[in-house]
Amino acid sequence: MDPSLSASDIASSTKPLSEASSPPVMDLLSEPASEASSAPMVDLLMEPASEGSSAPMVDILSEPASEASSAPMLDLFMEPASEASSGPMMNLLMEPASDDLKEPPKPDIDPLADILNDTPLSEVKTPVAAMPQETPSDLFDDEPSELFAEPRQSNTAKQQQTSIFDEPDEDLFSEPLGEASKKPQNDFFKEALAPVAKASNVCGPLSDNYNEHPTDIFTEEAMTTLPSAVSTVSVNSKTNGVHSDEEEPDIFAEATVELSLDSPRNDRKKKEAAKPSASAPAPSVSASASKPQPKTLEELEEEVEDKFELNISITNPEKVGDGMNAYMAYKVSTQTTLPMFRSKTFTVRRRFSDFLGLYEKLSDKHTPNGYIVPPPPEKSIMGMTKVKVGKEDNSSAEFVERRRAALERYLQRVVFHPSLLQDPDVREFLERDDMPRAHNTQALSGAGFLKMINRATDSLSKMTIKMNESDVWFEEKLQEVEAEDQQLRKLHIMVDSLVGHRKELSVNTGGFAKSVAMLGSSEDNTALSRALSQLAEVEDKMEQLHQEQAASDSFCFAELLADYIRLLGSVRASFDQRMKTWQRWQDAQNMLQKKRETEAKLLWANKPDKLQQAKDDITEWEAKVTQYERDFDRVSATVRKEVLRFEKEKACDFKKQIIKYLESLLQSQQQLIKYWEAFLPEAKAIA
Amino acid sequence: MMEEAREGSLSVSAQTIRVTEAVRDGDALTFIVISQKLSGSGEYHVARTHEDFQWLQQCLFSQEVVPGILGVIFPPLPAKPQLNAPAKVLKQLGFLAMGEDWRMYCMALETYLQQVAAHTTLSKNKCLENFLTSSEPPGRQRVRKGIFNRLSQAMEGMRKEGHKDVDDFFQTERDNNLTLTGCSKSATERFIDVVLTEQKLAVACGHFSTALHLCVEQEEDSAVLAFSNGSVPMIKNYRPLHALICVKLSEVIDSIKRNFESVAENNLSTLGLGLDLESRCQEAEKEMLYRRTCKLVELETASRNAERAKPVKKAAMDELKVAAEKEFDHVSGVAKQEIARFHSTHVELLRQALILWCEKQLETARDTSFRYSQHLQAFKGLGE
Repeated sequence: MDPSLSASDIASSTKPLSEASSPPVMDLLSEPASEASSAPMVDLLMEPASEGSSAPMVDILSEPASEASSAPMLDLFMEPASEASSGPMMNLLMEPASDDLKEPPKPDIDPLADILNDTPLSEVKTPVAAMPQETPSDLFDDEPSELFAEPRQSNTAKQQQTSIFDEPDEDLFSEPLGEASKKPQNDFFKEALAPVAKASNVCGPLSDNYNEHPTDIFTEEAMTTLPSAVSTVSVNSKTNGVHSDEEEPDIFAEATVELSLDSPRNDRKKKEAAKPSASAPAPSVSASASKPQPKTLEELEEEVEDKFELNISITNPEKVGDGMNAYMAYKVSTQTTLPMFRSKTFTVRRRFSDFLGLYEKLSDKHTPNGYIVPPPPEKSIMGMTKVKVGKEDNSSAEFVERRRAALERYLQRVVFHPSLLQDPDVREFLERDDMPRAHNTQALSGAGFLKMINRATDSLSKMTIKMNESDVWFEEKLQEVEAEDQQLRKLHIMVDSLVGHRKELSVNTGGFAKSVAMLGSSEDNTALSRALSQLAEVEDKMEQLHQEQAASDSFCFAELLADYIRLLGSVRASFDQRMKTWQRWQDAQNMLQKKRETEAKLLWANKPDKLQQAKDDITEWEAKVTQYERDFDRVSATVRKEVLRFEKEKACDFKKQIIKYLESLLQSQQQLIKYWEAFLPEAKAIA
Repeated sequence: MMEEAREGSLSVSAQTIRVTEAVRDGDALTFIVISQKLSGSGEYHVARTHEDFQWLQQCLFSQEVVPGILGVIFPPLPAKPQLNAPAKVLKQLGFLAMGEDWRMYCMALETYLQQVAAHTTLSKNKCLENFLTSSEPPGRQRVRKGIFNRLSQAMEGMRKEGHKDVDDFFQTERDNNLTLTGCSKSATERFIDVVLTEQKLAVACGHFSTALHLCVEQEEDSAVLAFSNGSVPMIKNYRPLHALICVKLSEVIDSIKRNFESVAENNLSTLGLGLDLESRCQEAEKEMLYRRTCKLVELETASRNAERAKPVKKAAMDELKVAAEKEFDHVSGVAKQEIARFHSTHVELLRQALILWCEKQLETARDTSFRYSQHLQAFKGLGE
């Protein structure tokens, strides 16, 4: 460790770099952590990892702390949080950091770490004095937060610079991962670079929307962490995750060269060219990264959004059984080119409770991580009872159709969610022929479901008061979401009344048609009589038209609004989740504080026998605080990403539905014109 | 007949009579009646209340000097408009109470005056000339209860309406009239329901549109504006896009609202008014036929009395019978002409209403269709 020397040397040269760094980097960095563990739940895996290897880290961390009466140490630790208050992404950075901790600091990291850590120091007014002495892990923690804070403030960053900067970061983080498995450095290097370069490229122009891209990367990653992840996808994620410390020399060697690069491809080539100069021992991760298939960020996004070949339709609602045990079964047909499925087209039969069961499973798994899990339509005892009783009237047919459409939209929302699509339960739901019966869906259905959401919102609002929101974005978003919920409810009522009036109009038009027909039949004048009966026919058709329009109003708007009212419930739940993890973190911090006070008392009282226990406690709780904070940051990032995704989907959805609605309006209007045009000569023919 | 000669013909042209507006004066409505002079240019502008119209109608009814006046189908005068009246009373007026500022009612009055002025017999009445031209309101003191007291008519009607007619022509006409009155009345009512629902829809759309607009907060308006102008390169920020969708949808709903408004307005001003007039005219014919039936009953009673009369009274009874016979013949004669005239005007009236209605609706439908397609284009280009 020769931090002071190398740091001072390089500090000046790295400074501009740090300014150029852009947010996407962060995400990329964070990925490796989850990647390496390749667990379904990043959380769970991470924990053992950090705990298992916690010894060195803890020692490093705690030692200076205890020596310096623990205060500065805490500060350093807290720093990132406060620094990055503007960006929830911090956590991402923290993860890699923990990985690093697993590993005893290597000599070749050190200079880099120093460089990196130096930059923040000079940039931001952190407690500089403490920093140099700190262990690499601390440096790391600090530095990421720096990166995050930086790009936000200055979006003028140059992408080339960014990319340079990215790489070192990744390397640092990946190094620990590298231990897991060894790999030809070339491949992984290539892969690692491409996305990064792209990412930086992409984010350049769109500095405002930097969230988008990281988001996608993250999504991809998330998928791959699932056990069910398909190899092709995982390759991509791996590429992101794979990093080496090779870059280190590159940064310095190529700093000037990189600046002139603009296309990611060039970038990559150069990188490759530069690679030989990289240090030989390149421990890399991912055994599965052998496929050299570097997908750029843009490509990844496209793949998710455009090339996404997955069509799901629900058809043939069919009543199964009799009496009160009867239920509706729906045919769920999937058509896909995704390799994760066994075949290109397949069909299964599912009943309503299966859909609820799917939601329950997904919600259990993904809601705690801050994901917005699309909720299924509510159970309707009224509607279903009618169907069960076997009344084959209009309203029950309408109910079935309405539910079929709602289920279809629900399922489509699930599979269009890149993370949820990767869930084995989703695949099972779509593919498996003999689905085990879902149990206890009752609690989730109908009023109970609504109540649950309401309760969640209530507790949420209570917690909001307590929570000293560190991020304005969340505060504003939550308010937006709540305001929107109110608005949608209001709109829903209005659309309902509109639909009611349309139906009334249809009925009245029908009545008018009948009375005109009567009038026509009792009229003496043959021409007038004829015209009147024609008119009656026209009005009959109009009745039909109004009825269709009412259905269209109802399907396009009322259902859409109902969907989004439900979805907003899920959005709130994800905010709620974030709040919970925050609460847990805060509690842990309080606990840590108490433990420290105990230690201080023991020290003062000079009771060495209990001191060790107290120290152990502190170590344990420090780890927990770190863990919980990381959790919170991760959930925050997920929520943020999910909300943005939700807003995007919502805008697209509304646009799509409104276009559909307008088309139906236009069509019925044109039909109307035809009717009138046909009737006009009849009226004129009256002699 | 001297009187008839003295009255002469009307000095204004029947087609030019207009009731332009209803001026509200306290609890009463005053209607402005405008008509063009036949001789030379110039217009008569007079202000008349509904009581004045009633007076005119009474004058027309009570022209006892005109033989067979009871056989005339009097143009129906709309019932008295009630200001601040409960909804139930307004409902009886039907279409006439709808529309803004009693416009429908004015149109109905206009039609009434035109019909009276166009009527060969009625137009000769001096009262009409007076009504249309005199700047002073005509004598309201003359309004009295005529023979057409609605209450007594209703009671007697029970007895006499079913009275078997001696003339097959009138019997058929009475039967037809009865069904047509019922049918046109119910058609009018149904049509009112349609229009009312359309108006409700327009209001609901208005609320919806406003609510949508309120969804977009003030500060977002500027962002939306900037975005729709293309001055903000907003590719990935969906909040303004969402706001823009709200604003645009609000415009769409507003178009739907305007469509309903004009459809309802078209319905009101053409077919609605036509059906209303049709049903009131059928009612007027029914009244005339009823009056003739009354005369028939009178005549039958007279001839029965004459048959049974003792020789002493025979002469007097015969005289009565002859008088009744003469009057009945007059009434029947006039009635036959009136019915023929009525049939042609009623067909023409409905024809006009239907054509006008169809044309207006067609126009509205085309306008709306155009607007919808514009909205559709706008939406398709949104966010791209």
